[in-house]
Amino acid sequence: MAELKPEELAKIDYKPQKTGWMDTPTVFKKGMFCYGNQPKNLEMVGFPNARHWSILDEDWKLPQNWQEIFIEGLRERIDKYRSFRLFLDICVRCGACADKCHYFISSGDPKNMPVLRAELLRSVYKKYCTTSGKIMGKIAGARDLTIDVLKELWYYAYQCSECRRCSVFCPYGIDTAEITILARELLNLLGLNTHWISAPVANCYRTGNHLGLLPHTQKDTFDEMTADLEKVTGIKVDVPLNRKGAEVLYYIPSGDMFDERGYYLTMGTLLYFHEIGLDYTWSTYLSDGGNFGFFTTNEVAKRLNAKAYAEAKRLKVKWLMGGECGHMWRVIHQYMNTWNGPPDFLEEPVSPFTGTKFENAKSTKVVHICEFTADMIKHGKLNLDKSKNDNLIVTFHDSCNTSRGMGFFEEPRYIINNVCNNFYEMPENTIREQTFCCGCGSGLNASEDMELRLRGGLPRANAVRHVHEKYGVNRLACICAIDRAVLPPLMDYWVPGVSVSGVHEMVGNALVVKGEKKRTTDLRGEPLPGMEGE
Amino acid sequence: MGLLFSFFAVITLGVIVFAGVKAAHLQYLFGVVIPYAAFLIFIIGIIYRVVQWGRIPVPFRIPTTAGQEKSFPWIKHNKIDNPFTSLGVIVRMAFEVLLFRSLFRNTKAELRDGPKLSYGSTKWLWLGGLAFHYTFLVILIRHLRLFTEPVPYVITLMESLDGFFQVAAPVLYLSDLIFLGAVTYLFLRRVIIPQMYYISLAADYFPLFLIGAIGASGVLMRYFLKTDVVGIKELTMGLITFSPVVPQTIGTLFYIHLFLVSALFAYFPMSKLMHMAGVFLSPTRNLANNNRAVRHVNPWNYPVKVHTYEEYEDEFREKMKAVGIPVEKE
Repeated sequence: MAELKPEELAKIDYKPQKTGWMDTPTVFKKGMFCYGNQPKNLEMVGFPNARHWSILDEDWKLPQNWQEIFIEGLRERIDKYRSFRLFLDICVRCGACADKCHYFISSGDPKNMPVLRAELLRSVYKKYCTTSGKIMGKIAGARDLTIDVLKELWYYAYQCSECRRCSVFCPYGIDTAEITILARELLNLLGLNTHWISAPVANCYRTGNHLGLLPHTQKDTFDEMTADLEKVTGIKVDVPLNRKGAEVLYYIPSGDMFDERGYYLTMGTLLYFHEIGLDYTWSTYLSDGGNFGFFTTNEVAKRLNAKAYAEAKRLKVKWLMGGECGHMWRVIHQYMNTWNGPPDFLEEPVSPFTGTKFENAKSTKVVHICEFTADMIKHGKLNLDKSKNDNLIVTFHDSCNTSRGMGFFEEPRYIINNVCNNFYEMPENTIREQTFCCGCGSGLNASEDMELRLRGGLPRANAVRHVHEKYGVNRLACICAIDRAVLPPLMDYWVPGVSVSGVHEMVGNALVVKGEKKRTTDLRGEPLPGMEGE
Repeated sequence: MGLLFSFFAVITLGVIVFAGVKAAHLQYLFGVVIPYAAFLIFIIGIIYRVVQWGRIPVPFRIPTTAGQEKSFPWIKHNKIDNPFTSLGVIVRMAFEVLLFRSLFRNTKAELRDGPKLSYGSTKWLWLGGLAFHYTFLVILIRHLRLFTEPVPYVITLMESLDGFFQVAAPVLYLSDLIFLGAVTYLFLRRVIIPQMYYISLAADYFPLFLIGAIGASGVLMRYFLKTDVVGIKELTMGLITFSPVVPQTIGTLFYIHLFLVSALFAYFPMSKLMHMAGVFLSPTRNLANNNRAVRHVNPWNYPVKVHTYEEYEDEFREKMKAVGIPVEKE
């Protein structure tokens, strides 16, 4: 979006069109959508109707009976998901959700109001699944499923990041994410996905991670990380890979093996586990906790997720620990045990250092690294030197999934407050359960949809700018891999001068490690406060 | 289109009764048959819809968490907005149903130059909604005086509280005033706020007009036009005791009122008004966020094809061995 300046992008017209939404054709705007999928990636996981097609082509090369497939799929799903049917039935269109959506706030496009986004599908549901819609048609808010309606559904199903902010404000808890998730399932029946989602899914199925990192490449990356750590601390840390009999199996989103801030985060984590002497292992097979399958269908999400418990069983560990990631944690917290549990072969997680029983994870048996660390700090098990992070003035971005799908607010804040001296909250309507999406959740973090990303990220960036100007905030901490990848360009565009990091990178920086040399740089190789001349 | 359609639909309903009573003398039809039928549709319809929803599985436990989850004892747990137990869920639902807690959170986003986004608290919709629903309830309960003999004390008490200010004769009920104000507000915001106008359908205007017309006809009867209250009570008591009588002294306005109420009852189960029952079944509100502690079972969970470790190792064994990663089969 180099061509469009921030002040131009921020000129937003909220006035809806003169014509009613059913009579206003959707125009595909470049920069606001991701490219379509390629057949090979759909074939890898056996999605139907894989073919070459292009979004901007008139002809999407749909199967002959595409309407039948879509409507059959719809009928099947309203009988399988109470949420779906109920949410299609009970919306009163009060409009409370409208200006809660970051895409609406930043585009003014009325079809981005959650109520109308849902109505796009609700109108089809009414037409084919309700008596009043069949008889009364448009008066009952029903419409035919035409090719233009299908294209519109695709366009807006991939302009929703499934952040669930609207569902906090809805008086009936209607969750647009649920509607988007199932709309995408229906589109997948017709082979309509995006490249940015389907390629990672195919990779993940075969190689265990979205990026398609093969086992030896993962080993190489860990070797680089340990070499960099040695440079900074003088300590050589071990990276146990696929080791049987460890107490804990640790897994992360694969972005943290590749993306720059993720790389530093993993370095911090390696150093931290070394220092406490955790008996753990990584797995090259379970090399992604993230799950882009969740952005396609529940079935594929479950298939990708299955490797976690399977690998824990093979490696005979006691319990699992998960890294800093957003949708990975929505999946672990709300889906994993239901899909692939119960994990009877594991033990209820107990911290080997503090004896704390993680009661709230006793069935799923996966502990969040921030829970684990917060408990360590509370018990005084870590030697932390906050001043190492004194060059940072920090604020914290709550990730959508951990916020509204878990309620994970205090643990990361507790850690941050123990590893740095300068922490400021963003305004209260933009954090915790009211947090704003980075603009790229649910697989929208491609490059071709940059305008959508920069627009969608405006409410988040604007809140950062507020604390940047007020307190001089220069570091945006987060616990999500997509955040770590997409917030840097977002900050550069809207709030230059704010860097992004995971929480455990800052832990790694503040951690005083036994036997280390005097550090002069942080994990990024940048001078520590007061060491600028050395 | 939805607006005009709904407006004329309600007018038509009124005209039908007027003609039916004035010209065709169908008092028995409008006073007895239709109310019975409407009530039957209302009850059976609601039960049907609720049973229909209730039979659909809840495959995943997906509460929307709006506060700190249960964590360590030293972290303050928000037991209401992020309940861990059934008791917590009951309290959350009670707040939701009785006080519209989610709507209470409502904010209004504003974009100023800069760009600068701000989110001010806005309580109007919450207040309007609450006023509408509660005065509707009060009016409904007051109407029970027509179906009871002797009239229970609670109803008389409610009436006297409702008419506390003792203005006008007959005494003005506050609930009537607030109710009509709230309906008007809910209608006006739909036509004045551009986004609201854009999303509003006939299904939104029709119940508003219908309820507004019910309120207006009721107010007309009580405060402005002479109505034979004794005759009406005779009719309503007849209905409730299944020995219907139709006194000839009741004016047409009453039949219009009664017919609109019947229309509302009959329309209810097939409309968005079912949110009244649906809110109790909403999976983002009525489930505890204890996911990792208590396993949720999906009744239609089925086995899926996975890419096993064995298949993975078969493909990458040599690469793994080359860098010293342990393998199952040498």
